[in-house]
Amino acid sequence: MRADLLGGTVAGLDEALAAVDAFDQALVAGLLRPHPAQAAGLTQLAQAVAGTPLASRVAEAAEKVAAGVAGEDQFVALAAGRTALLGSVHDALMAQVAEATGRPRSEAAVPVHGEQQAANLLAADRSWLSDLARSGWQGLDNDVVSGAVHVVSAMLQDPALRRLATLLDGFAAELAACCPGSALERFPARRWADLWSRAMLLTLPGAVGPPVTGTATGRLLPLGIDLQEHATAVQAQVHAVFEPADGAVPRLVRASVSAPKPDTVIGAGVWQLLRPHMSALAAVSEGRSADVADMPVSAEGDLIWSDDHARPGKPADPFAAARVALPIATDAPTAPLDRHPARIAVPVFLEGFAVRKDDDALAFVVAGHPLVVDTDRIPAAGPLTPDAIAASGACIGLLRWDAGSFYVQPLAVETTVRKKAVAVHAGGWAGGAPDKDGVKAEKAATDAMLVLRERAGRLLRK
Amino acid sequence: MGDWERSSTARVIPPVRPRKLAKVPFVELADGRLQGVVSSGSDIERVYVSSVAAGTYTFACSTNNNRPCGGARGCFCNHIRALIDEGILQYGTERVAHYLRVEIADGEPSADGIIAAMSATRPSQGDTAAAAPVFTRFLRHLAYLELAPTTAPLPEMHWFPPTRVVA
Repeated sequence: MRADLLGGTVAGLDEALAAVDAFDQALVAGLLRPHPAQAAGLTQLAQAVAGTPLASRVAEAAEKVAAGVAGEDQFVALAAGRTALLGSVHDALMAQVAEATGRPRSEAAVPVHGEQQAANLLAADRSWLSDLARSGWQGLDNDVVSGAVHVVSAMLQDPALRRLATLLDGFAAELAACCPGSALERFPARRWADLWSRAMLLTLPGAVGPPVTGTATGRLLPLGIDLQEHATAVQAQVHAVFEPADGAVPRLVRASVSAPKPDTVIGAGVWQLLRPHMSALAAVSEGRSADVADMPVSAEGDLIWSDDHARPGKPADPFAAARVALPIATDAPTAPLDRHPARIAVPVFLEGFAVRKDDDALAFVVAGHPLVVDTDRIPAAGPLTPDAIAASGACIGLLRWDAGSFYVQPLAVETTVRKKAVAVHAGGWAGGAPDKDGVKAEKAATDAMLVLRERAGRLLRK
Repeated sequence: MGDWERSSTARVIPPVRPRKLAKVPFVELADGRLQGVVSSGSDIERVYVSSVAAGTYTFACSTNNNRPCGGARGCFCNHIRALIDEGILQYGTERVAHYLRVEIADGEPSADGIIAAMSATRPSQGDTAAAAPVFTRFLRHLAYLELAPTTAPLPEMHWFPPTRVVA
């Protein structure tokens, strides 16, 4: 990978992000009766999308909010404007990424979903999100935040609504932990505005995908596992190179599994929760490929996993896959609404780098260009540690972007332990933990789960 | 605005720490209280719903069938002490002390220090009105175990990375 190509400036990027920041500051203070400074922030957002099909709706929304007469429709328009702007930032960054990786990118269009979902619940969400926008982060209190509890509980029951339900559950928990807003010294302004605007758009009909566009038959070469979690949900995504059986060009795919969870199910407990539902997790731990047949797949490269369509393949070294198969695999396109810098997670392979350590920060210096390593993103329940990364000579990672710069999230490294070269995976415990630390973590997690299930069995439905 | 304010994945809540759940299956900092559920040592069917309010340290303890706890007369009972201990294990001393608004004068705050500081103010015993909603929240918490996993992707989870930094 050419890390030097990630450092250049992108025309218009700073201006776009400045308009996003201006809007985000308005949301800190709230949109009920905005002061002139906040109204100016909304105007700045409207001007930034002036050349787009959203121009008139966002401009009208900015005016109505400034006049104190805005309703749900105007909040939705502002969320759409902000999302479009960050979509353009995503596209510009991805053009840079494509140059750096040198990989082909699929040009296929991702179709839009048209399904109408539980309209009542979605309307209730929109109403809560509108209340949040009016009060602003400074006006957060328990009354405003707790408005989400019942609708989120109802939505979690329906797997079709899981995307929005999981987002709102994590978002509301964060807001609740930060009440009252008036006592906060600083606000995660971009983050909360991101979560707010995404949630707002997901309440609209047709926003939630992914439509399945085909099936996949062939061989899956896993590269590694990306774990994501908040207090009451977890998702593991296996990144893999898919080699179609018909000899078509190999492409990058993801296999995901997620579950809601009590907040005390943590560490190895999340692997125990997910493990029975996707054999691809064990494939990574065991260093195997997987053979899939007629596995449903979306245009975004998301396999909708079912163990019925998969069987364990031959042993396969992820680093061999990263060296040989990854460079010629096609990157999947991104669905229109998912175009956001925080969604960038591009598999890359790095080697021949120098490791630079200052204070807490770790960077791989690739051909003279430093690339920051996010060691905080490595799950604690796994064999990969910051020390192992600092001592590594090769790394499979996800290229990401946040707060103005690119960085790499390690999925696996090749390092030397007792003079022997070994591969260590962030998701090494996904399929089961072989080493001593892992066995201990598994035992603690099993005990916690037993207590919760016993309590649930005795107390629920009484 | 600093980098944290401009980060889409800024870490806002520190992750909870692992603890054994047998004695206190549920503890949370919510509704202005440290509150939770303590399993009875003698009767497997019975649980105590215990809480301490932030600021006033008003405490309450009763069974899930709304019978008052015999130990909580005039001072913290053993259920409330266990709740505080486990709350500190789960959230860290600092977060619990901050939430309850307990000032620790010297040195590192500890569970005993927090309990002593609150007891010294001779907190009053509250009514058991909070017990029902806390128990409901516990059941809602347990109900997460029954929700089906899915293999359809959740792109929004990219906003929720894990963190190794604990409270």
